[in-house]
Amino acid sequence: MIAGIWEVTSRLSSLPDFMFPSLTQVLETLFKGLMSGQITEAIGKSLGRILIGFMIAIIVGLILGYFIWRFKLVEDTLGFVVTALQSIPSIVWFPLAIIWFGLNDFSILFIVTIGATWTMTVNATSGFRNVPQLYQRVAKTYGSTGFHFLRTVILPASVPQIISGLRIAWAFSWRALMAGELLGGGGGLGQLLEMGRSLGQMDLVISVMIIIAIIGTIVDNVVFSRLERNVQLKWGVK
Amino acid sequence: MRYKSGVTLLYLTIDGIEKSFKNEKKESIKVLDKINIEVEKGSFVSIVGPSGCGKSTLLYLIAGLDKADKGEIRVAGKKVVKPGPERVVVFQEAGLFPWLTVLENVTYGLKLKKMPKEEAKAKALDILKMVHLSRYVDSYPHQLSGGMKQRVAIARALVMEPDILLMDEPFSALDEQTRMVLHKELLEIWRKTKVTIFFVTHNIREAVQLSEKIIVFATRPGKIKETISVPSMKDGVMPDSVTLHTEQRVLSILQEEIEKVLKEEMGNDYSFKTNHIHRDDSGDMGSHI
Repeated sequence: MIAGIWEVTSRLSSLPDFMFPSLTQVLETLFKGLMSGQITEAIGKSLGRILIGFMIAIIVGLILGYFIWRFKLVEDTLGFVVTALQSIPSIVWFPLAIIWFGLNDFSILFIVTIGATWTMTVNATSGFRNVPQLYQRVAKTYGSTGFHFLRTVILPASVPQIISGLRIAWAFSWRALMAGELLGGGGGLGQLLEMGRSLGQMDLVISVMIIIAIIGTIVDNVVFSRLERNVQLKWGVK
Repeated sequence: MRYKSGVTLLYLTIDGIEKSFKNEKKESIKVLDKINIEVEKGSFVSIVGPSGCGKSTLLYLIAGLDKADKGEIRVAGKKVVKPGPERVVVFQEAGLFPWLTVLENVTYGLKLKKMPKEEAKAKALDILKMVHLSRYVDSYPHQLSGGMKQRVAIARALVMEPDILLMDEPFSALDEQTRMVLHKELLEIWRKTKVTIFFVTHNIREAVQLSEKIIVFATRPGKIKETISVPSMKDGVMPDSVTLHTEQRVLSILQEEIEKVLKEEMGNDYSFKTNHIHRDDSGDMGSHI
């Protein structure tokens, strides 16, 4: 239905093709782009970046979350700062990143990581904090302490909350990635968008938008939903 | 282990324990006052008392989960300073880890002790058989009923071969039928394993049916009011009259305390008729035989 309206309005409208391409034209460009490797290469580059940035964010988030949960002093200081930082859209960091690291891959990676880190930290903290006292007491009576206690009780018990944190963090860093690539270049889907704009190729721009939407949906619905469902099944929560 | 006065083997000694908590107004409230208890190896001791009398606090102190302000607790000759697998606790809620299977839950403590995998598994399976859960080895806790979860919790504790098994109202969240079955099974386990059990409950009947010795607690501050020996029969089945008599004795000791609590909570307009306490479980007398 939407496809039909699109096709018809595009053909009937007075706007030139490069501004408002028809669906068939977009699909053709998309197909060609995938075949020629232009789009696939960009996908690879973008996914590579977000994976690295996301991994760093998870690790940093968990570590910061641990310290905020564990030490009152850190909670009162850093905990407060993190909440404030979380409300800054990560693209806002970009000017700083450019000055610090230059207009390169590293700057993009930086804002992708920043975009996910604070959300991960906040979720990890509240996940750790909500581990039932009962589990902690049980583990302690069996002699669990230190890192073992963290690994076998605190971490697994906060998995549900960490997963929902991952989901939000992913959404943030995915947006940050596109914005960063759009402005910073260095390959990737975002840069392809910018290229489409400067060449006046709206069919390419829309193709890339479709790809962005598809990847976003797949990650959310396949990766995170499945993770969440698996945990819920295993734990027996609805 | 140490012998005192040459004859009795004192296993758990609680010596002059005092403990206070701070309430919301930052006032110090004494919950345990000069508690002295001596328990022999292999015995089954219950603590009963009105809610808030500090009986669970005492159990936490023995477990090492909390620290006393004064006094000393020794188990098997060792002074209690921190929690440890030789003093495991079965809590009111089973507290099984939902991300582990029944078997993994039971081997949790053994793995911590660095026991070889195969040996730990064999041991856990043995214990799970004893609590009749062999069929549920690979199930996750949410697939089990409340009674089954509590059996797993007991298995998880027993598999550690603890010096003392601490039980904090372990059956109070279960329905009456399940509780009766578990009472019987706990007694069987106790006779089989000869483990020393320290059992906290507010259920007088439960205490009388299970234990050899009942320590009745007074409240605010919690202190020992009286210690009662429960007459026991070798085959485990006591005549109703004996059970009932002991129950009534414990109840009459407790009455004064219950009255004190109610008066404090509801003011002096509360009138307490000591001979007309409604006991809704009196209809079940003897149904366990």
